[in-house]
Amino acid sequence: MNTNTPSVDPLKLYEQLLLIRAYENAIVDGSAAGRMPGTCTSVGQEATAVGAVNALGANDLILTNHRSAGHLLARGADPGRLLAEVMGRRDGYCKGKSGSLHIAAKELGVVLTSTIVGGELALAPGVALAESMLGRPGIVACFFGDGAACEGRFHESLNLAALWNLPVLYICENNQWQAYVHRREAMSRERVADWAAGYGIPVRSVDGNDVFAVLDAAAAAAAQVRESGRPVLLEAMTYRTRGHLEPDDQGYVDKTELAAWLARDPLSLCRERLIAEGHLDAAAAAAIVARVDERIDAAIAFADASPFPAAEELLRDVYA
Amino acid sequence: MPTLTLHDAIDAALTEEMRRDRNVIAFGEGIATKRHDLVEEFGALRVRNTPLAEGIIAGTAVGASACGLRPVADLLFAPFLCYAMDELVNSAGKLRYMSGGQFSFPLVALAMSGAGWGVGAQHNHNVEAWFVHSPGLKVVMPSNPADAKALLKAAIRDDNPVVFFLDIGLLYQPGEVPDGEHVIPLGQAATVRTGSDVSLISYGKTVLHCLQAAEALAGAGIAAEVIDLRSLKPLDEAAILATARKTGRVVVVHEANRLCGVGAEIAALIAEKVFPALKAPVLRLGGPDVPVPASFPLEQATVPQVDAIAAAARQLCAPQAV
Repeated sequence: MNTNTPSVDPLKLYEQLLLIRAYENAIVDGSAAGRMPGTCTSVGQEATAVGAVNALGANDLILTNHRSAGHLLARGADPGRLLAEVMGRRDGYCKGKSGSLHIAAKELGVVLTSTIVGGELALAPGVALAESMLGRPGIVACFFGDGAACEGRFHESLNLAALWNLPVLYICENNQWQAYVHRREAMSRERVADWAAGYGIPVRSVDGNDVFAVLDAAAAAAAQVRESGRPVLLEAMTYRTRGHLEPDDQGYVDKTELAAWLARDPLSLCRERLIAEGHLDAAAAAAIVARVDERIDAAIAFADASPFPAAEELLRDVYA
Repeated sequence: MPTLTLHDAIDAALTEEMRRDRNVIAFGEGIATKRHDLVEEFGALRVRNTPLAEGIIAGTAVGASACGLRPVADLLFAPFLCYAMDELVNSAGKLRYMSGGQFSFPLVALAMSGAGWGVGAQHNHNVEAWFVHSPGLKVVMPSNPADAKALLKAAIRDDNPVVFFLDIGLLYQPGEVPDGEHVIPLGQAATVRTGSDVSLISYGKTVLHCLQAAEALAGAGIAAEVIDLRSLKPLDEAAILATARKTGRVVVVHEANRLCGVGAEIAALIAEKVFPALKAPVLRLGGPDVPVPASFPLEQATVPQVDAIAAAARQLCAPQAV
C-alpha cells in the first residue's frame, strides 16, 4: 500500500466484487430466460472497476462505456435503478431511455457514458477542461478497453490531454478482447501503455485481477494527476471471461487461455487474501454473500415493479 | 449602421458573447491565429488553437459543454464534419435524451461550405441536411452579416448543440450590421421581400439569388415573396405555410444537393398541410447529385442561379402551370 491509497475496508471491496458479479449474473440469467435484454457484462474484470473507483474522490468524475456495471456499482449506484434501466423501466437512472449500454448517473459523477467504442475518450478532455477552467477540484477518470485504444480517438484524446495539461486519469481495462477479436489480432503492441508513453504521458501497469493492487496503483495514478494537473494512464491487465454480448457461446475463445484466467478469478483472489490475512472467515463470508443476494433479489423486485415509461416520454428530453 | 463582412460579424458576435459570459470559450483549427483580437481580449485559455483533429475538437466541445462551459468550436470546412460526426451526432445530439435529460450541450460547431472559392468537393459540400436529420441538434445557415451575428449570439446562448454553417461565398461580402444587442431567435424565418404571386424559399447565398430573381420578375409583372429560412432546425413551419397559403406557388431554392435536401422536406410539408391552397406544384431547385467540382464554371453550375430561379417562378405563374 502506498501513502496515497485511501483507507478502505477490505471487506467492502470484497462485497462490491460480489455485488457486481451477482448483478451481472442476474442479467445473464434474466436474458437467458427472456425476461431481460442481452447485455455486455464485465464478468472477470470486477477487480479493475472496484479498485479504480475506490481510489477516486467524491468530486472526481467518471466516464465509462458499455461494460459499466462495475464502475456504477462501485460508485454506489442502486442496483434496483440500474436493473430498471436495463429493463427499460421508468425508474431507471435514465428513465429507461438508455438501456444497459449507456447508463449515466450525474448524481454519482458518472457522466456522458458512450457505447460508441472510444466515445468516452473523445469526451474526456472536454470534461477535464471544464473542471480545470471552472476551478473545480475533481479529476476525470476515463475507463476504456484495449478495443477503444485501437480507435483513432484514443490517440487524439491523449495528445490533446497532454498538450493542454488536462487532469485525466485514463484507465485502460485491457480485457484482451475487442468484441469478437482477440487483442493479439488487433494490436501492433502488447500493451496500450506502450502507445501512451509516446505522448509523454506517465504510464503504470497493474494486475487487473488483484483488487488491492489496482486500488494502490489507481490511487497513486490519481494522486499523480491531481498533483501534476496532467494526464496519467493506468493499464490494468485483465480478462473478459464471458462473451462479448449475452448470450454468447464463446466458441471463438481459446479454452486454455480462458481456463488460466478463470483460475485467477478476481473474487477468489480477493477472498483467499482476506482469509489469509485474517479479515474473513467462513461465517463472515456467508453473511456477505447473503447480504448481496438479498440486495439483488430486492433489485430485481424493484425493477420488475417499475412501470414502463409513459408514452409521452418518447418526445421528452430531446432538447433542453 | 456599421458595415461588416460576415467573417467579421462572427468575430463581433464572439466578442460580445465572450464579454457577456465568461464560460464562453472558442477553440479550433487556427482560431487563435486568425482571430488574434479575441486572444488579446480574452486570453489564451479561452481562445485556443487545436490539433488538426476534428473528432477530438468536437468531442472536447461536447464534454466541456456538458460540464459548464459554452464552447464554440471552429471545424473549418463542412466536409471535415465527417470526422466529427460521432461526437456531434452520437454524443451531442443523443446523450441528453439517452441520459433521460441529465445533461445539456450548449455548444456551437462552426463550419463553412459553398461555391465561390473553387476548393473542390472535399472542402465544398453543403451537408446541412445530414444534421437536420439527426435528432437533438439545431442547424443554422445565415445569408448576410447582420443575421450571422444575431444568429450566432442566439446559438451561443442556446442550451442545445447548434451546427452553424457559414457560406464561403458570403464570407467576405460586406453588409450593414446593427450596433448593439441584436439577437435573432433560432427557428424564426425572415420575409426579406413581400409579394403575392409566388414564394421563393431559400437560405444561405441563394437567398441573394432569389432577391435578384424577384427583382427581375417584378419587371415582368410577377410579385415574388422571398423567405430566408435562416435556421433549418428548428424550421419555421408557420412562415413556410403562411407564404404558401398566400401565393399558392412555391419554389424552394438551395445550393445543397436537391436529392433528400432540406427543400424536399419543405415541399412535403407544404403538400401535407396546405395542398388546397396550391395553384401549382412546388418546385425545388438545388445542386445536382455530384461531388462539387473545383473548376469555376462547373462549380457555379451546381448553384441555382438567378435566371433559373426566375424561370421556375415564371413557369409556376404561367396560365397552365405544370
